[in-house]
Amino acid sequence: MHISEGVLSAPVLVAGGALAAAGTAYAVKKMDYDRVPQVALVSCAFFVASFIHLPVGPASVHLVLNGLAGILLGWAAFPAILVALFLQGILFQFGGLTTLGVNTLNMALPAVVCYILFGRLVRGPDTLLSASSAFACGALAVLLGGLMLALSLVWSEESFLAVAKVALLAHLPVMVIEGIITMLIVGFLKKVKPELLEAPYARPQSSNL
Amino acid sequence: MLDEAFADSDSLIHRLDPRLKVILAAAFSILAAVADRFPALTFALILSSGLVTLARLPARALFHRLLLVNGFVALLWLMLPFSFPGETLVRIGPLTATREGLRYALLITLKTNAIILAGIALLSTTHLTDIGRALGSLHVPDKITHILLFMLRYLGVLDREYVHLSHSMAARCFRPRTNLHTYKSYAHMVGMLLLSSYERAEAVYAAMLCRGFAGKFHSVGEFSMRGADYAFGAAAAAALLVMATLQWDSLLF
Repeated sequence: MHISEGVLSAPVLVAGGALAAAGTAYAVKKMDYDRVPQVALVSCAFFVASFIHLPVGPASVHLVLNGLAGILLGWAAFPAILVALFLQGILFQFGGLTTLGVNTLNMALPAVVCYILFGRLVRGPDTLLSASSAFACGALAVLLGGLMLALSLVWSEESFLAVAKVALLAHLPVMVIEGIITMLIVGFLKKVKPELLEAPYARPQSSNL
Repeated sequence: MLDEAFADSDSLIHRLDPRLKVILAAAFSILAAVADRFPALTFALILSSGLVTLARLPARALFHRLLLVNGFVALLWLMLPFSFPGETLVRIGPLTATREGLRYALLITLKTNAIILAGIALLSTTHLTDIGRALGSLHVPDKITHILLFMLRYLGVLDREYVHLSHSMAARCFRPRTNLHTYKSYAHMVGMLLLSSYERAEAVYAAMLCRGFAGKFHSVGEFSMRGADYAFGAAAAAALLVMATLQWDSLLF
């Protein structure tokens, strides 16, 4: 899901950076301080989970889980993903400073879209409805992310069309896997700790920070 | 997990003020990302190679990082020359490579490597906690720098949790295959990770309130700009100006 440094054109970088900054600013303003440790810790869990590789026939895919991040974090997915990508950039040189905005937007915007579309449905009491919307959430987040990645490439340079098509095609099997895994994780959390799914809707705890 | 491979050695670059390094890395990356002329980008690559040399980084680890990054660049070399419209250079079967396509692929290769090398030389030589504090003193919002600092603190904790869970799965003879059982096991594992992160966060926040946390992390040390920092900063600013001139010469002449 990362676009590396030096590939995108200036207008795309600037637009991506501005939109990511706007999303993050809105999320930070909305987020109460008592949620900061929670957002950071959940972000750590996603960071670690992204190293899990699932076998798919002879190949394997790694987990992205940005749909689930949207469900669990709401708008806070913006700062969480921004910081996680910043860390990856410095630790492993995946992505970097100039592409931070575009990469954050490509992952966090689908997360927030899924939160708005499926947040309430996933939490609902109907098991079937909850499971199917969790699947849709996992799959849609990857599809949107892939589409935005392809568009960032094509808007930078029309000749990237071939590369963008390959990148988008590679997202299709991941979509199905992510849908299934998101559905199973949500099922597990509903059984074990349903409060976790309520976190983005929780009222701030009483404190004067 | 947090393997800061390049942060622990010592050099001129390692000793610079982290705030200066963050600013220079941002300025260099943005300038190089916007540039699209060969002289400017060649100069940028020379500049960032110079920085890496000054930082005296382990060559093997450096080479490994570059190899990883250039994987995507290699994909571009395979596809771009054949999809870019322009003057035909070589014909391979039904495919025609254009001069403009090759030129563009070369441009991206220069750009990518210049930015990555500068990032390694300036940012990866700084401990992440220092980067977090530097961002804080450069007026990045507290909530964001605190998320960064908390992540640095707890990534290792969550990673250990992950290792524990994998070991107990292995002890029960779990073998990943392409089937629902595998996916279910991994989903439950991620669920357990999320659960422990959530519970840990509650404990952390309660402990902060106990200690009377009032929205600020206090630090024992303070950053300070020394003579070497000013000298390096001035030299770097001059080099960036040369790079900008090579890109937009019409601005000055």
